[in-house]
Formats: sequence, structure tokens, C-alpha cells
Amino acid sequence: MSIELRVNERRHQVDAHPWESLLSVLRDHLGLYAAKGACEQGECGSCSVLVDGELVCACLVMATQAIDMEIVTLEHLSLDPLTGAIQDELVDTDGVQCGFCTPGFVVAIRSLLHRYPDASDDRIDEYLSGNLCRCTGYSRIIDAVRNVRDRERHTL
Amino acid sequence: MMRTFRPSGLDELFSACAEAPGSILLAGGTDVMVDVNYDRLRPDTVIDLRRVHELTQIERSDDVLRVGASVTFARIGHELAVELPALATAARTVGSPQIRNRATIGGNVGTASPAGDALPVLLAMRASIELGSVRGVRRVPAREYFRGPRDTVRASDECVTAVELPVGRATAQQFSKIGPRNAMVISVASFCLHVDADRRRVGTGLGSVGPTPLWAVDAEQFLAERLFEDGASASPTDDTINGFSELVGQASLPIDDHRATAAYRRHVLVAMARRTLTWAVADLEAAA
Repeated sequence: MSIELRVNERRHQVDAHPWESLLSVLRDHLGLYAAKGACEQGECGSCSVLVDGELVCACLVMATQAIDMEIVTLEHLSLDPLTGAIQDELVDTDGVQCGFCTPGFVVAIRSLLHRYPDASDDRIDEYLSGNLCRCTGYSRIIDAVRNVRDRERHTL
Repeated sequence: MMRTFRPSGLDELFSACAEAPGSILLAGGTDVMVDVNYDRLRPDTVIDLRRVHELTQIERSDDVLRVGASVTFARIGHELAVELPALATAARTVGSPQIRNRATIGGNVGTASPAGDALPVLLAMRASIELGSVRGVRRVPAREYFRGPRDTVRASDECVTAVELPVGRATAQQFSKIGPRNAMVISVASFCLHVDADRRRVGTGLGSVGPTPLWAVDAEQFLAERLFEDGASASPTDDTINGFSELVGQASLPIDDHRATAAYRRHVLVAMARRTLTWAVADLEAAA
């Protein structure tokens, strides 16, 4: 069925299966590969995107339900300075190893620091609890978030 | 070919439910899409609840709080923390931030999994489930709603429209959940305790320890007698705490599965009953 979706501030006409997930539409129809497909059950956070400003797993959103919603992926978020600072810091702290989970983490971290520039350490842990990383053991990712928070909070 | 209804109000919703009984009612999609992604479900008909604005409301009257079926767990955790602390705590244990931004209380009630995190709270608080259809709206006590694993009294043309919970001043509400870690877990066992000094009664709700969410009648009566009998002291004795928690354990019907053994489930349930009672008593003392 043909549906119109608003992704990264542009309208796209997509011929999707009626039950297809937003993740599959983003990747297979629109060529937006930042959101990754891994668990397909909302447990890993690799497919994190913003829908109407809220952090969600694209694999659990039926694409037809996202008509009229504002969908933003990392491809678009990367244009803002906060996202850039998060990406640079993840590289500097070795918060990136195999890299598969990284785009999902960046979207979640950007959502966190955009909403809570002064996020406490507990808030950081809780906010990122839906994103799995099998390489870093998390501490370097958390270090990166704290560093960005400590540096950027006065400028946000 | 899948049919999709997109009702934009309650009347349209109920008409769609009547036209296509047994349809998948799609709210946040966090249960439905897992089955779709794993090829366990190819729905014939989906009714998308997103445009039914009435379902997203939280309404307050003197002694009842009405939570619309499409209210997300993120909103419950933020907006109801003071009025309904146990429900808000349960909401904050659901999945992850990503899940809580989408998953709804109506979905929890509609799916009716024995592990649904909000369900022990609804039982302990003696909540009502509001079901709507073209035939009208009815309120079913939560304690009469569940029939078996994922089986309820909801008719095929009905939609969960809201849950209603009592609110009061002198009440203590506590929720506890056991899982392998703090986030993204289906509960091994959960427990909710509602000590309602206004109405001089006790409510319990037990999750993941039976074919449906359960409650422990004997434990409720035992504790109410000890706490609210004339001349009863505010602080329960060790005998009361132990007696209550043992009766909670006896009301459970746990099984062995890949998440835990029956014996472990009963063990942690008794521990949660003891802890939540201690917390609840501290709450009541602080309020008094």
C-alpha cells in the first residue's frame, strides 16, 4: 500500500506492506541505514529514532501508524552540533568498538542531553538502559556522555 | 490484504470494532510488532487507536482517577507518581525508555499477560477496567477481568477504553518486581501491596506467579484484621509480617520455566511481600 511519511523534514511516498515496520521502511525503501535491525523486538535499541520527538524503537512502530508523524533519524540529527559533539567524544573515549550499536546510542544520548542537559549520572544510566552494547562494557560510552554533559551544559 | 481502520473518535472506534470483531487493536505496538516481526502474526484487520483522542486522557474526580487506555507508561511514570505511586513505579519498570514512550496501559490490559507489569497494581488497588463497544460502556472489576493466560472477559467487539483507580489520602501503595537486571526484563515475579487506611482494607496483586495475575485473599484479610482492628497498634509485629508474607506465597501458583523455577518465584514473592509491607507501614507512619 502506498503511504506518505515525513522523514527528516522531507515527505516520502513509500509502497510498503501494510504490516511493515518503520525500521524496514527506513532501511529498505528509503536507504537510511543508520537505524540498525538486530533483535527486532525492542530489546537492543539499535534501531532508535525519534518519532514526534520521542525516542522509540523503529522496529516496533508499524509504518502505517507513523503517517502524520515527524520521524527523525541519525542521518538528520548528525547535522546539529550536539550530535557532532557526542560522536566526537564517543571516538575519543573509545566508546566505539565494532560500531553496530553506535548509531542507536547516539540517537538515545542526543535525546537525553537535549531534554536533560544537566542529567545526573543515575539519569544517564536509566536513559540508556534500552541500548545494548556487546563490546565496550558500557563504561566508555557512559564516560563519553558525562564528558559531553560537563562540557556542553553551559552552552545549551 | 490487511485492512486498516483509523478511527478518529470513540464512535468511529466502536463502529470499527463492530464491523471487524476480533481485530488487532493497535496502540503502541510494542507487543503486536514483536509477533509481526517474527512472522507469528499476519493480522487481517488492524484498528489503529492513535487518532482516538479520548483514549489519551487522564481525568480526576473526588475519589477516582481515570487513566485512558492509550496513556503511555512514560506518562504514567511522570504524571501519576504522587497520586498513584505503585502504578508509577510499575510503569517505570516496563522495558526501556524507548518502550515506555510507546507502550500503553490499555495494551497491558488488552494483552493480559500474566507478566504484565501494571496488572498486579490494578488487582491490588481494586481498579475497574472500562470496556467500550457499540453496545455501550461497561466497567468490569479487575478481579473479574482475567480468565486465563492472555484470556479475559473482553468480547471480540469491545475495546479497552480506560482503567479507573481509587485515590485517597491515607493509603500506602508499593510495587516490587524481580528480574535478572533493572531494565528490559520480563518479570520473574512481581508484587503490589495497597494498604488503604481510608477504607480499612488491604489489596494485593501477584505477577508472573500463575496463569493470570493473582491476588491473595487470605493474606489481605489477615493483614486488614491486624492493622485495622480497634486497638491495633500502627506497627505490625514480626508475626504479622511473617504471617502475611507466608499467606501471599501460598496464594501463588508458579511454574518452572526458562525464566525461573517455581520454588524461586515463590521465595522471592514472599520476600517482596515482607518488604513492601515494611515500606507501606513506613509510608503510613510518615503520613500520620
